Amino acid sequence: MAYPKSFRYTKEHEWVDMKGDLATIGITDHAQHELGDVVFVELPKPGAKIETGKSFGTVESVKAVSEIYAPASGEVIEVNSELQNKPETINSDPHGAAWLIKVRLTNAAAISDLMDSATYEAYIAEKGKETSA
Amino acid sequence: MSEKIKKASRHVNQNEGLIFEKSSPGKRAFELPPLDVPAAEASKALGSHYRKEGVEGFPEVSEIEVLRHFTRLSSWNHAIDLGMYPLGSCTMKYNPRVNEFVARLEGIATEHPYQPQELSQGCLKILRLLEKCLLEITGMDAITLQPAAGAQGELTGLLLIRAYLQKQGNPRKKVLIPDSAHGTNPATAVIAGYEVENIKSESHGQVDVEGLRRLVTEDVAALMITNPSTLGIFEQRLPEIAEILHAKGALLYMDGANMNALAGITRPGDLGVDVMHLNLHKTFSTPHGGGGPGAGPVAMKKILEPFRPVPILVEKENGRLALEPVRPDSIGRVKAFSSNFGVLVRALAYILAYGPGVRQATEDAVLNANYIRKHLEGVYDLPYSLPSMHEVVFSDAIQKKNGVNTMDIAKRLIDYGFHPYTTAFPLIVPGALMIEPTESESREECDLFIDAMKSIAEEAATQPEIVKTAPHTTRVRRLDEVGAARKPVLRWKPAAPRSTAAD
Amino acid sequence: MRYLPKSPVERQEMLAAIGKNSIDELFSSIPEKYRLREALKIPGPYSEAEVIQYFKERATENAAGYTSFLGAGVYNHLRSVVTDAIIQRGEFLTSYTPYQAEISQGTLQAIFEFQTLMCQLTGQDVANASMYDGSTATTEAVLMAERLTGRRRVLVARSVHPEYRDVLKTYAKNSGLRIEEIPFTKNGTVDAKALQSTLTDDVAAVVAQSPNFFGVIETYAPLAETAHAAGAMFVVAIAEGVSLGLLRPPAEADVVAMEAQSFGLPPSYGGPFAGVIAAREKYVRQMPGRLAGQTTDSEGRRGFVLTLATREQHIRREKATSNICTNQALCALAATVHLTLLGKQGLREMAEQNSSKAQFALEELLKVPGVRRTFDAPFFNEFTVELPRSVKIVNSHLLREKIVGPLALGTPYPELTKHGLVCVTETTPRTEIERFAGAVKRALEQPV
Repeated sequence: MAYPKSFRYTKEHEWVDMKGDLATIGITDHAQHELGDVVFVELPKPGAKIETGKSFGTVESVKAVSEIYAPASGEVIEVNSELQNKPETINSDPHGAAWLIKVRLTNAAAISDLMDSATYEAYIAEKGKETSA
Repeated sequence: MSEKIKKASRHVNQNEGLIFEKSSPGKRAFELPPLDVPAAEASKALGSHYRKEGVEGFPEVSEIEVLRHFTRLSSWNHAIDLGMYPLGSCTMKYNPRVNEFVARLEGIATEHPYQPQELSQGCLKILRLLEKCLLEITGMDAITLQPAAGAQGELTGLLLIRAYLQKQGNPRKKVLIPDSAHGTNPATAVIAGYEVENIKSESHGQVDVEGLRRLVTEDVAALMITNPSTLGIFEQRLPEIAEILHAKGALLYMDGANMNALAGITRPGDLGVDVMHLNLHKTFSTPHGGGGPGAGPVAMKKILEPFRPVPILVEKENGRLALEPVRPDSIGRVKAFSSNFGVLVRALAYILAYGPGVRQATEDAVLNANYIRKHLEGVYDLPYSLPSMHEVVFSDAIQKKNGVNTMDIAKRLIDYGFHPYTTAFPLIVPGALMIEPTESESREECDLFIDAMKSIAEEAATQPEIVKTAPHTTRVRRLDEVGAARKPVLRWKPAAPRSTAAD
Repeated sequence: MRYLPKSPVERQEMLAAIGKNSIDELFSSIPEKYRLREALKIPGPYSEAEVIQYFKERATENAAGYTSFLGAGVYNHLRSVVTDAIIQRGEFLTSYTPYQAEISQGTLQAIFEFQTLMCQLTGQDVANASMYDGSTATTEAVLMAERLTGRRRVLVARSVHPEYRDVLKTYAKNSGLRIEEIPFTKNGTVDAKALQSTLTDDVAAVVAQSPNFFGVIETYAPLAETAHAAGAMFVVAIAEGVSLGLLRPPAEADVVAMEAQSFGLPPSYGGPFAGVIAAREKYVRQMPGRLAGQTTDSEGRRGFVLTLATREQHIRREKATSNICTNQALCALAATVHLTLLGKQGLREMAEQNSSKAQFALEELLKVPGVRRTFDAPFFNEFTVELPRSVKIVNSHLLREKIVGPLALGTPYPELTKHGLVCVTETTPRTEIERFAGAVKRALEQPV
C-alpha cells in the first residue's frame, strides 16, 4: 500500500494529515500489518487533551495490544465512531476510512519535524532488515 | 490419516449441543428428600424479595442426559491421562489418584473453616506437615499456605517485601523484571503498587548481571526472577545477583514455577532467594482441572516472617495447633478462610508418596528434557545453547523459511496425538517452542514425541501446506478467534419466541 | 517409584544417548556447593495404603459425627455423586487451560455453560469463568469500578462478610483506594441514610452483600439508585448462591461478585471454592479472568474459544485487568454439573427447603427462655439470635452434645457480643434442629 505523500509519519507508526491546525491521525499500513486482524479500538472522547509522546488509545488484535502515541499535543475534536462497529477497517483502509481522531493542535508547526513518506518507507525497510538478521 | 503417525488415529466421537438446548419443562435430574418441617410461606416471609418462579432459562434435564452431556464433552479434550502434554513451565505431570481419594475422605472434605479449633486438629496437622515439607524443600525459614494460585502467591510475596521495606521507612518504587518473565510478574507488581522496570537478558538468555548492577538503586524494592529461567536454563549467577540486591537493601523474589528442576537437588533459600512462591498445581502434582484450582504457597526468610498473612499456624505448648487471627505487622488476608485446603491435601499426599525420593522425580524430568533436546537439536533452531534443565526452548527460525511458524507446528502436533507445547513464549524468543516433558513421560512416549516433531519438520520442508492448515483430525478445525473477539458471544440465550401473529 | 515410568536400564540408555555418564552431569550448571548431597528430611516414601492411612488418621481428629449450624460464607448442601463421577474423569481433571481450542472443546463448552448459568442466576449480561473465591471476586469487582470510574473512594457495608472486607483492605492498601464502612441499622440492613450522607462524586463503588453476613436480605433498588445518582457503581456480593433460587436477583447491580461454593463444592476446610464476576455487557472489557466465547471454525461448525484475552496478564502484562492466571476451573465445572442436575425445579425446591428449615429453627429457638431475635428482617437460611449469656460458653456445652453451635459475632462485631449466627440448610434433619434447640435450653439452664 502506498504511503500518501501529504502525510507525516512517526517512529511509532502513526500518520498525520494536516489541514490548517486540524490534524487527522491514524496508524500506518505497516502497523496494521504487524498487528494482524484488528478486533477492538479504544479511543479518547471529544474534548480530551492529548500530549506529545503519550499514549492516547489502543488498537487490539486477538493476541496483542498496541498503544497509539500522540505525535503532537492538542484537543480531540472528533473521534471515528465507525471503528467501534467495524474495527477491521483499520486493516482494509488504514490511511483513509480508518482515521482515528481529529485534533486541534496547540503547535501545528511541530508536525513538520515528523518523517515524510519517503523517510518513513526507508525507516520501515531498515526495521525489516533488523528483525530478520 | 497417515500410517506414519503411530500414536493416534481417528475414532468416532459423539456430538453434543448445549445443555440448555436439551432442556424441556418438567424433566428433573435430582430429587431432594421430602421436607420434614412445615413448609414456610416464602412469599409472605420474603415479601418483595421473593422470586416468583424458578430461575429463567435454567436447564431441565434428566440424570442420564446430564451424565451423557458431560461425558461426551470430556471426550473432546486431551488430558495428561491420555498422553504427553509438553507445555513449557506448566509441569503437566501425573495427577496421582490417591490424592483425589484422600481429599474426598469424610472428615477431610467435610470440615468447616469456622468449626472449633479443638475439632480441627486433623486439618491443622495436615497444614503443619505441609509447611514443614515445603520449608525443607525450599530451604526457607517461614511460609504461608494461604494464596490460591501462583499469581496470588506473587502478589503476597511482593506485599511482604513492601511491608518489610515500609517498616524500615521506605517501601521504594520499582520492581525489576526480566524480559523473559511470565506475564503474571509485571501484572502483579503493578497491583502491589510498584512500577515495573524491565531488565534485558544477555546473549545467553540469563539475567544481565552487569546491567543489573547499574539498575539496582535505592529506588528498587526487588528483582523478580524465575529460576531456572523461562528458557529452562539455570541462573548460574543467582547468588551474585542476590548479593547485588542485598547490598542496596533490595530483595530477591523467585517465581517458583520451575521448581520441578530443583526439588531435592538444590534449595532456593541456599542460593540467596529471600521470598518465593510455589505452584502446587505444577511441581506438586495437583490437577490442573482445565485451568484450576491451584495453590501458591509463599516461603520466605526470617526477615519477612512477621508480615505473613493472617491467620498464622502456631504450635501451642501442649502440642496443639491453632490458627492465630491477629498479628500486628501482618499484611492482612489475601483470601477468605485458610487456603485452598483441598489442593494442599493433594500436594501433601504427593510429597508423602515420594518422601526424600522426590529428588528422583526431578532427575527424571531433567533427563527427559535433555533427551528430547539432544534428538531435536539441528532439526529445530536452538536460540540459547546453555545446558537445559527440565525444559528446552527451540524456535521456528528454520521452518519459518518455508512460511511455517510455531503455531502451525503446534497445531500439527495435535494430529500426531500430542497436546501442543507452549507457543510464542518466552517473549525473548520470537517463534518459540517451549517443551517440558516432566518426569511422567516414559522413554516410549518421549521417542514418539521426538519422531512426531521430526516428521513435522520434514513436512514443513516438503509439504508445508499440511502443517499450515493443521489440525486435520480434530472435531473442529481452526476457530475464528477474530470474530469471537470482535463480536463476543459469551452466553447462550433462548431463541426469541415466535410472534403469534405470524402463525 | 510407581509414578516414574522408567526402569534403571532405560535411564542408562537415555543417558548414553545424550552422551552423559551420570544424572549428576545434567546438573553441572548448578554450582557444586549448592547441590544437596543429603536426602531431604521429609517423611516417606509411603505406599498408597500408607498415604491413605495418614489421612484417615487425620480425619478422625476433626469434627466427624458432629451436627453443625455454621454457615457464614461456607454452606453444607446436598451434592449428587454424579458430580464427582464427572469431574473425576481424567479428561476434565487432568486437562489444561483451554488455550488450544481444537482439543479443549469439552472444557470450553462447559465454561460457556457455566457463564450462562451465572448470568441466569444473577440477572446480569456477562459472567467470567471464575475467580479464586467470593472474597477475591468482590475485591476484583471493586478494582473494576475503580478502573471504570477513575475514582478512589469505596463505600463497603459493614454487613459484608468480615473476611471479604479484610481481603479488600489488603488489596486496596497498595492501589491507593480508600475503603470506608457503612453501618447497618437496627434491623440489620444497610443504613441508607448514612450511605447517602457520605456519597460524594469521588466514590467508585458502593458494596453490599445479600443475604448479608447476618443472613438479612438487603433491598437493592434504593441502594443502587443512591449509588448511581452520585455516579458510583453498585457492587453486590453474594456468599450463599442457593438464595437465588428463591430471591430476586440483583439486576440493579453493575457488578455481582458471587461465591459458588454452595453449588456442589464441599466445605473442605475453606477451599478450593469458586468466585464469579457477573456484570453488565458494557463492562466486559474491564472484567478480569477468562472468558469463553462462541464462534465458528473454518468449516462453519459451532465451537468455543477463550476470547478477549488482551485483558489478561499473558498479553497485557503490567496493564492487565488482573494478574489472575490459574482460576478455579474444575470447581466451576463442579458447579455447572451440580446446577444442571438440580435444574430449575431442584434449585427452587432446595431454596424452599432452606427457607422452611431456617424458619422452623428460629421458631424453636425463640421458644427457649432468654433467646431473642437480633434483627427483625426477612432472611433466607441464616439468622442471628441474642443469648442471655456468652455464645462461646453456650457452644462449649453444645459441643458435649456433639453439636457445633452458632458462630459468635463478638469478635468481628463488638457491639454484637452475646449474639450468634445460626445457619440451617436442607441437610439438617428436623430431629437435629429440635435437639439443637433443646441443647441450647439445657446450656442456658447450667449454673454460671
